[in-house]
Amino acid sequence: MKKIILGLIALFSFTGWSQTQTINTGELHGNFQFDGQLYVRDSILDPNKEAYPDEKFLGQGFMNLIYTRGGFTAGVRYENYQNVMIGFPQGYRGEGITYRFLQYNTHGLDVTAGNFYEQFGSGMILRAYEERGLGYDNVFDGARVKYSKNGVTVKGMIGRQRKYFDKSSGIVRGVDAEVNLNELFSGMSENKTLITVGGSFVSKYEPDNSPIYNLPKNVGSWGGRVNVQRGGLGIYAEYVYKINDPSSDNNFIYRPGEGLTFAINYANKDFGFMVSGKRIDNMSYRSERNAQQIETLINYIPAGTRYHTYTLPALYPYATQINGEQNLQVEFTYNLHKKTVLGGKYGTQLFANFAYAGSIYKSKIDEDTDIGQTGTDGYDTEWFKLGQVKYYQDFNVGFKRKLNKKWKMTFTYLNVQYNFDLLNKGLRDEVMIKKTPSIIYLNEFVLEMQYKIKPKHYLRFEVQGLFSEQDSVGRAFDELGAGSMVLGLIEYSISPHWFFSVQNIYNFGNPNENFRLNYPFVNVAYSDGPTRIQLGYGRQPSGIFCVGGVCRFVPASNGLQMSITSNF
Amino acid sequence: MKKLILAITILFSTLSFAQNSLPKINVTSVDGQTVNTSSFTNDGNPIVISFWATWCKPCMRELDAMAEVYEDWQEDLGVKIIAVSIDDSRNSGKVGPLAKTKGWEYDVFIDQNQDFKRALGVNNIPHTFVLDGNGNIVWQHTGYALGDEDELYEVLEKVAAGEAVN
Repeated sequence: MKKIILGLIALFSFTGWSQTQTINTGELHGNFQFDGQLYVRDSILDPNKEAYPDEKFLGQGFMNLIYTRGGFTAGVRYENYQNVMIGFPQGYRGEGITYRFLQYNTHGLDVTAGNFYEQFGSGMILRAYEERGLGYDNVFDGARVKYSKNGVTVKGMIGRQRKYFDKSSGIVRGVDAEVNLNELFSGMSENKTLITVGGSFVSKYEPDNSPIYNLPKNVGSWGGRVNVQRGGLGIYAEYVYKINDPSSDNNFIYRPGEGLTFAINYANKDFGFMVSGKRIDNMSYRSERNAQQIETLINYIPAGTRYHTYTLPALYPYATQINGEQNLQVEFTYNLHKKTVLGGKYGTQLFANFAYAGSIYKSKIDEDTDIGQTGTDGYDTEWFKLGQVKYYQDFNVGFKRKLNKKWKMTFTYLNVQYNFDLLNKGLRDEVMIKKTPSIIYLNEFVLEMQYKIKPKHYLRFEVQGLFSEQDSVGRAFDELGAGSMVLGLIEYSISPHWFFSVQNIYNFGNPNENFRLNYPFVNVAYSDGPTRIQLGYGRQPSGIFCVGGVCRFVPASNGLQMSITSNF
Repeated sequence: MKKLILAITILFSTLSFAQNSLPKINVTSVDGQTVNTSSFTNDGNPIVISFWATWCKPCMRELDAMAEVYEDWQEDLGVKIIAVSIDDSRNSGKVGPLAKTKGWEYDVFIDQNQDFKRALGVNNIPHTFVLDGNGNIVWQHTGYALGDEDELYEVLEKVAAGEAVN
């Protein structure tokens, strides 16, 4: 494959391409990133040396090269992990070409051979994507054809998914069609209501190697979706269904899966409103039925909660539950006009968000079968009944305001309920239904201030507090989380090149007195155009880091971190 | 690997070794319409393309900062700003309402499958490109520090005047 790409590139660079008018040789561009950490032995954070690697220094990186000429594109990515950094999936070890493709595009036809990322609808039935910062990459290796004309887009694909430096044993096939009614029907082209409908069919094949069960080798799924827009109003709904698919995720039950998601939003200049919800029932869909964690997922189900990126709120993120979940989210934004009593001279923006996620209602299929029992249909459920277990709840409210020419501020208050048994320990519904799950109650605030010293010189401050309580006494230490903490941060930036920051977290409320620690961290970054070099030194608390719908646990660490990223 | 290096070395002598032209990729408008990036034009005036996401705080700071001066930039230099969100289905429904309530007068698009981001070789967001009047990429920047919009304005002044950047 590599040789073919090279051969083609070389060929095109030495010969004119007869079909193109201009005799150019095409463009080659790409990007590069390297991240490394020199670990410092910290006997207080890590008494058992679990977070101190033998290598002492770990580094990983990648480079992408993309060649384009007219409608032709070829690309390749090299990745190296020597060795993979702590907190990343340990399956990434070593180095190699992990991504290469050939693609051409002509008159609405788009053909790809090799690796490709793809998404049908919202991704609830199929989504291959990458989050390099998390080590997530379930790219397909195979072939894909797309054709678009008159508002109709049809896609067909076949391939196997990436699993670290290997590939999944299962094969995924899929077709998808999307129709823009306003483009397709000339009578609707002037219509103010824009309607798009779509449908997909996806199937995976995996051999049945089980000595005990008769497992389906082909697992089919289908879905439909509709998107309606009129003025500031938007409505989206999607439904997917999957036949029975016993897997290690669902404890090998034979129940079919289904999922419904919807979102309604409205906005004008003064006011924004969004409500979204979903109901997921047994929708883990992987091209390997024994895969774990982030491996070989065919579909993507997003967490329907606000995505917090301030440091302390981000320590307790919600991760979507692909085995089953009910979820509702409501969000408001309101602008107080400038030069009013409440709005002040420059205006003020108010925002509020509420999200709930819990289990679907589960009951026994019969007297003798436990909920979720292996080899059975698993459980019965009811659509319009609240589930027995609360997973997560988040209410947050705040405002953003420019105070004067020098100062801007943002304040956020959060009230979070976090199911520690589920989100940190991975207990199943059937276990949590029988006991009272340990819920951590969090009250949090974030105050952010920006100050302009003079043109191109700015200061930014953050003060954050996280106050943690448990729902009952007598819990073991590992059920309590890290307890209350506060954070202070100062950033100084000199545009366009320099950035400095100093941060400290003080975990004053840790239930274990030995861990009532300070976590200081300093950062320096230099930017020049597309290049950024960053150095950081200090202690970082353990936490769960999420990008998109995927989370990974990163242990506490101490050391020197470095990162360089560039593109050309 | 040796062959790879050799081939690339040969190529450098003949190839345009940089991203010059904008790749032609389909993205989605906030009202769900498919739009090809080849339609990103501005009557011979400069274009700014800014990659962002609803969860990216530096991106929001950059777009907020540019929103405060956008009217001036449009009047002075005829600049058009295109904000491309890489939000996935978790937040893609919030992109349109957010842009509207923030009063961003930009053209806002969503690149959910990140095809446009990948084609432009963007590693991290925010990442900002400047296109000259002929649609050629003449400048780019990764990251955002408060006040970076002042440097961007200086770049745009040169581009609008037909001067070389860098």
